[in-house]
Amino acid sequence: MRWLLLKDLQILRRSPLLVSLLVIYPIVIAVLIGFAISRGPAKPRVAFLNEVPPSASVLELNGEKIDVAQYGKQVFSRIDPVYVKTEKEAIAKVKSGDVLAALIIPADLTQKLSGGTGSANVRVYYNAEDPVKAQFVQDTIKAEVQDANTALTKQFTKIALNYLDLISTGGNISIFGKSFNVLGLAKSEAIVNAAQSGLPANSPLRTALGQVSNFARLARQNLNLSNGVLAAVGTPIKADQKIINGSRTPLDAFAVAIAVTISLMFVTLLLASGILALEREENAFLRLVRGLVSRTGLLIEKIGLAALCAILVSLLMLAGIALFVSLAWGRFPLWLVSLVLGGLGFGAMGVAIGGITREVRAASLLAFMLALPIAFLALVPSGAVSSGLYDVIRVISALFPFKPTLDALDAALNKSGSIGLPLVHLAILTVAFGVIARLSLRRFA
Amino acid sequence: MQQDSAQATPAGAGERAVVLEAREIVKRFGEREALKGVSLEAGRGELVAIIGPNGAGKTTLLSILAGIQRADGGNVSRSPAEVGWVPQQAAVYSKLTVAENLRLFARLEKRPDVADVVERMLAQTGLEERRDDPVAQLSGGNKQRVNIAIGLLSAPEVLLLDEPSAALDPRQRERLWEFILDLAATGTTVVYSTHNVQEAERHAGQVVVLADGEKLFAGSPRELEQIVGATDLDFEEAFVAFLRQRGH
Repeated sequence: MRWLLLKDLQILRRSPLLVSLLVIYPIVIAVLIGFAISRGPAKPRVAFLNEVPPSASVLELNGEKIDVAQYGKQVFSRIDPVYVKTEKEAIAKVKSGDVLAALIIPADLTQKLSGGTGSANVRVYYNAEDPVKAQFVQDTIKAEVQDANTALTKQFTKIALNYLDLISTGGNISIFGKSFNVLGLAKSEAIVNAAQSGLPANSPLRTALGQVSNFARLARQNLNLSNGVLAAVGTPIKADQKIINGSRTPLDAFAVAIAVTISLMFVTLLLASGILALEREENAFLRLVRGLVSRTGLLIEKIGLAALCAILVSLLMLAGIALFVSLAWGRFPLWLVSLVLGGLGFGAMGVAIGGITREVRAASLLAFMLALPIAFLALVPSGAVSSGLYDVIRVISALFPFKPTLDALDAALNKSGSIGLPLVHLAILTVAFGVIARLSLRRFA
Repeated sequence: MQQDSAQATPAGAGERAVVLEAREIVKRFGEREALKGVSLEAGRGELVAIIGPNGAGKTTLLSILAGIQRADGGNVSRSPAEVGWVPQQAAVYSKLTVAENLRLFARLEKRPDVADVVERMLAQTGLEERRDDPVAQLSGGNKQRVNIAIGLLSAPEVLLLDEPSAALDPRQRERLWEFILDLAATGTTVVYSTHNVQEAERHAGQVVVLADGEKLFAGSPRELEQIVGATDLDFEEAFVAFLRQRGH
């Protein structure tokens, strides 16, 4: 069998174009898909005009100074600002397509915010000739304004709480540069109680003072509850996230697993199906199985060679990725086990394809036709489609090695979930596809 | 022509040592009986041509003798490992050179003397100068030589050739037959199928005529002509007349 293996390597070595395509194509596809999945759209270029004069960017509430410009920075976290000098210039940039949208902060923004009489408006201009682009701009600006609102609300809430605390416990307050002392409900209650106890037992004022004292106590107690109420107003709904299935793999790390799995799949499927079909195209199959090599041995050699080449390509890819993304090299044995079983699974599927199609071109075409849908189906997240359809997709994905390989690699690379089950799954698929391939050899010659 | 045949069958004239024997071979494909109890015998150094119309069962018979297909009945005296087999289409790797192909199959045959065998085969096929050429660059005739050389790597006593000269031009065919006749002259029994009846007349000591899976005749070309009875016919005409007489 080793001579056969060497022969196939020799043939590959003499097919540099094929080998280059086999290596480069899957890597390019994998990297593109990985990037598409891991990265959202780049920060949109947005023309930005802040008409608020620097001297007016700070608003003062109850002695608390709020710099609105600070909250503007929050908007810039998701956009690439292009500073302009006039609103006209901003609109021109939107029209020319130089920027996706324009965001204008009017001069009276802080004034309106400090007045507290209504919402302060910002102006947004964008082209809507492309509905996707328009939706993207709307979503981005809406999200950014919402974030700024939340941040400002928190600040206003903090000030309101200070006021309430002052009313409850008393203290000093500064208004228009003058300092005032506020008695506060707690001290008022104490004073009223002291006055009440100084009155004769039958004084009619006792009852009246008792009512005032009760009011002060109840008001103070209820004001203590206002902290929570106001905090809830600031952030009425909080998302408490708990993972039911899957793992908390960062998107970049998951993209690495996807990219490597796609490369592994393409190289192994194309190579295994092609080199088996080549034995028939060269008319060598019958000569080989006429006592020189068993049919099963021939399949094992093809699966092994394809898996070996694909594992090497995948490891090279991981080494390259490691230059940009931090990978846990301490888990290398687990990477290797995942790659080996994934490679064997795809290799067995590849020889099944080669055995059924019996021609190199037909085998390559079928391998391509199967590979892409299998990969995309395995990446459909739950909830993206109806539950019935998702169940069908899960069953289909389970019939091919992509999903378990991805799960195993994700577990190996990103410590997410169990690695055992996907590996067992892959072993079962390897045997199943191996049996299909072996049966297909009955009518191979 | 007669002279060629006589030269090619050194064992035919004297005491005949049978080296390959097939008895009552039956092969069915579903309802269709492709071979109906066909028997065959070949002596050392004998050239046996299996001829017949399309669908007669020539390739099926050779495949069974080579061990590629299993017979549904009957038996063959030699195991597949004991006979060399050369398929109709050259079964060689076009990306490998002539020497690499020979070396690969010699290793797979587990020959202990790989280098020697390869050199011997290169010399025997006259391809020493083309040893480092990829097979893809060879002519059809030279490809077929490599194909035959691979069949001979295990130095079999019996070599089976399936239409060895098909798709070759007359010059290539002539050179190929020189090579095959040399093999027979050194004692290798060659059993081949062919559509070319004249080739059978010229290069076979024994012709086996198959039609619809039945063996209609086994003997020398002259015996076939005698059976037909007409003296003014050439071998091809005699062969057609013979088939007609037998209802084919």
